[in-house]
Amino acid sequence: MSIMGTRVVRTEDPLFLTRGATYTDDLVDDRLAGALHATFVRSQVAHGRLLSVDASAAREAPGVVAVYTAEDIDLDPLPAGLPMVPPAMQRPWLARDTVRFVGDLVAVVLTEERYQGEDAAELVAVDIDPLPAVVTTADAATDKVLLFPEAGTNVMATFGEPAPANFFDGCEVVVTQPIVNQRVAAVPLETRATAAAWGEDGRVTIWCTNQGAQQAKGEIAGWLGLDPAQVRLITPDVGGGFGAKIGADPEYAFVAWLAKQAGRPVRWSESRSENLVGMLQGRAQDQVVTIGGRRDGTVEAYSLQIDQDAGAYPRVGLVLPTLTMLMTSAVYAFPKVHSYARALATNTTSIGAYRGAGRPEATAAVERALDAFAAEIGMDPAEVRRKNLIPKFDEPYTTKSGATYDTGDYTAALDRVLQAAGYDELRAEQARRRERGDDRQLGLGMSVYVEITGADTGFGAAESASLEVHPDGTATVLTGTSPHGQGHATTWAMLASEQLGIPVEKITVIHGDTDRIPRGGGTMGSRSLQQGGAAVHKAAIELVDLAKQRAAEVLEADPNDLEVDLASAGISVRGTPGTGVTFAQLAEKEPLLVNTRFEAAGPTFPFGAHLAVVEVDVESGKAELVRLVAVDDAGTIVNPLLAEGQRHGGYAQGVAQALLEEVLYDADGNPQTSTLADYPFVSATELPSFELVDMVTPTPVNPLGAKGIGEAGTIGSTPAVHNAVVDAVSHLGVRHIDMPCTPMRVWRAIQHAQQGGAN
Amino acid sequence: MQVTITVNGQQRTDDVEPRLLLAHYLRETCGLKATNIGCDTTSCGACTVIVDGLSVKSCTVLAASADGATVTTLEGLAGPDGELHPMQAAFRSEHGLQCGFCTPGMVMAAIGVLSDNPDPSDREVREGLEGNLCRCTGYHNIVRAVRTAAQAGPSAGQVPA
Repeated sequence: MSIMGTRVVRTEDPLFLTRGATYTDDLVDDRLAGALHATFVRSQVAHGRLLSVDASAAREAPGVVAVYTAEDIDLDPLPAGLPMVPPAMQRPWLARDTVRFVGDLVAVVLTEERYQGEDAAELVAVDIDPLPAVVTTADAATDKVLLFPEAGTNVMATFGEPAPANFFDGCEVVVTQPIVNQRVAAVPLETRATAAAWGEDGRVTIWCTNQGAQQAKGEIAGWLGLDPAQVRLITPDVGGGFGAKIGADPEYAFVAWLAKQAGRPVRWSESRSENLVGMLQGRAQDQVVTIGGRRDGTVEAYSLQIDQDAGAYPRVGLVLPTLTMLMTSAVYAFPKVHSYARALATNTTSIGAYRGAGRPEATAAVERALDAFAAEIGMDPAEVRRKNLIPKFDEPYTTKSGATYDTGDYTAALDRVLQAAGYDELRAEQARRRERGDDRQLGLGMSVYVEITGADTGFGAAESASLEVHPDGTATVLTGTSPHGQGHATTWAMLASEQLGIPVEKITVIHGDTDRIPRGGGTMGSRSLQQGGAAVHKAAIELVDLAKQRAAEVLEADPNDLEVDLASAGISVRGTPGTGVTFAQLAEKEPLLVNTRFEAAGPTFPFGAHLAVVEVDVESGKAELVRLVAVDDAGTIVNPLLAEGQRHGGYAQGVAQALLEEVLYDADGNPQTSTLADYPFVSATELPSFELVDMVTPTPVNPLGAKGIGEAGTIGSTPAVHNAVVDAVSHLGVRHIDMPCTPMRVWRAIQHAQQGGAN
Repeated sequence: MQVTITVNGQQRTDDVEPRLLLAHYLRETCGLKATNIGCDTTSCGACTVIVDGLSVKSCTVLAASADGATVTTLEGLAGPDGELHPMQAAFRSEHGLQCGFCTPGMVMAAIGVLSDNPDPSDREVREGLEGNLCRCTGYHNIVRAVRTAAQAGPSAGQVPA
């Protein structure tokens, strides 16, 4: 029986459950013996002139080995990164004249022990003359206060052109809705951490918590002006990433530089409050959607305008609108689609990737727009969707926004989820509660989504894998992907086991070490299985071919008469199992090893539909999610246990964005959510158990038929829950509530509507 | 100052700073790295261990105040032959962990939940684990794991003596 599609429990778990995983801060390594601790001093002011940094008292504190300020650094500033960004928008390693966000690096202290670093950092006297802070994209766009006066603008980049004035001409109904896709924090439970040690050979080994060792290595070498061959980067076990651990962080490179200066290894592990101001954050788009069409429910034109808050310094967040724009058409066959975006600098933490990275923002916009359109024409939102969905297709389908989808059946996904949820009965119950005027009103919200995964725009279409069988019958897989909870060790072993017959527990999967795996794209954008897994699959097939050639000599047979014998994990003569030679025996004579590379023919487009049921207390405004029913079609599933786990985790994060989570700043740019006591991280009590509906539409793009699954849950659930909350109070006149739908926001929307205001 | 603490069945005496947190004592002084620190505010529960029979967040306890106490960490749960504690086994079979960072604290807190209530409902499990945050699993499989462990009997709510 094939192991594919079976619920194999994880091989990594026994260690994780008895001794714990080994995260960067857990490392015990001879190379790190006697390591110093780095403690960063960060700006407490969002925007200001840096008048002085006095480190004299800190330098005298117990355990202090060195304190660095801007004048002690001879490194070139971090580059603005992308060609469209004004070159003046570069970031110094330590602030020199200006601080630009609360969390900007001002100084760094090296001490013998961690507690001493906290003490000494307190003694660094930082004098800042505050400037007006730019906190919103609306303020940034006025250019009245400039973060980089030399650039002459706060606009980091623009994409496309505004919609022509006549874009909606001829539509019977046109609805325009501003939508805030709020800033959220990734909050992996393991905060950022790194360690660096230089060897006598002039090479530096850097350990850090990261989603892709090879990319991080390249960035660090570039920033520090090192030959890439001088850098070895290792990602040990990683305690969650969610996109925020893609690429190097300046702190990682800096710690490597400090280790060189100090002539000793250096470690850094940040606190949670440091993480909540220093790590890249996500989403942060101010959108305006306009949707126009006929009263029969047909949409004729749709436009999306985006102001991306990019934060203080240019990072990957500034280009995320391009993904949002690519996915503007979503699952709909709208005849006319338009999008336009700007990325703006503000005195806030920089924006990067967060689970879905640019794609959830596209789905959230269009799904909210469709509900607004449905409300305007008085039609059931499911009906409006059915009228506009792209019909089932098996051949590539190119959208108006320029994406070419592989396979899809969106109507089936919607119908399955509505059927599983009992949609008609839920609507009847909603009507009864409205009729009675219950305090707890029912809201139904749906979304139909498609996302792009494994795209070669920045994620990398190719992936490396190597596979070796050892004489003792075990095997080793090297992969360029980089798991941080996804369970690659188990799934990649399943893919090799499927071809070779070697049991999963005898296959070791190694990742995240650039000396052992020079090429790799890491784990991001839901690319791992469809590219890294496909590479392992290909490596296993190539290893079988190699083994057949070797076995032909041993068995004195024609290679064409040989076949894999899964039962004995070897090669046998066709039709006579057990008579051949095992892979282990072949490996005794000479190494049985293949290195390969798989390049996908293109990205894939997983899709699905979610139905959320909420109860809203109209007296208090509190919304509670009571059911979430979801179809997530990611093509062929290798390990359903792990795929379901990915879906659950995605739902939680998506629901949390709709109901709870938000990074907040005051008008002066002071973060209001810089601890987990303030940041509303979702706990077990706010969530129900989830109802999963299966649907499988394989992709022809890779031999596994697999699409990405890591971000699906997040993308579908946010608009479903958001729409459900608005739906629960729509009979009171509410048309829109911005996320997160907190009790205060919902209550205010109800009050406003009842006083006759439009939302 | 000197403290004497029984950690996973072994009594030890150490000289510690009065301000040293129990979490750091376990990690740095004892070298037991399973206990993780995920926040500064007793919010996430990744550092949860069992002290004298109660699950507590070790980042809010001073090592000094644990003088004379008995502490069990994740490393102290499995049997000498490697046999998993029922809670460990249930977390594995139900896929109740992904990145694993919250897991040591989550397992210890879950044992605490069953210690108080050997047969909890889903809702009671969720309320019992409210102080432990997980970013990966959506809690769905963690709740299942705790219910599954409860079926193993009273041992699922106890730590080895």
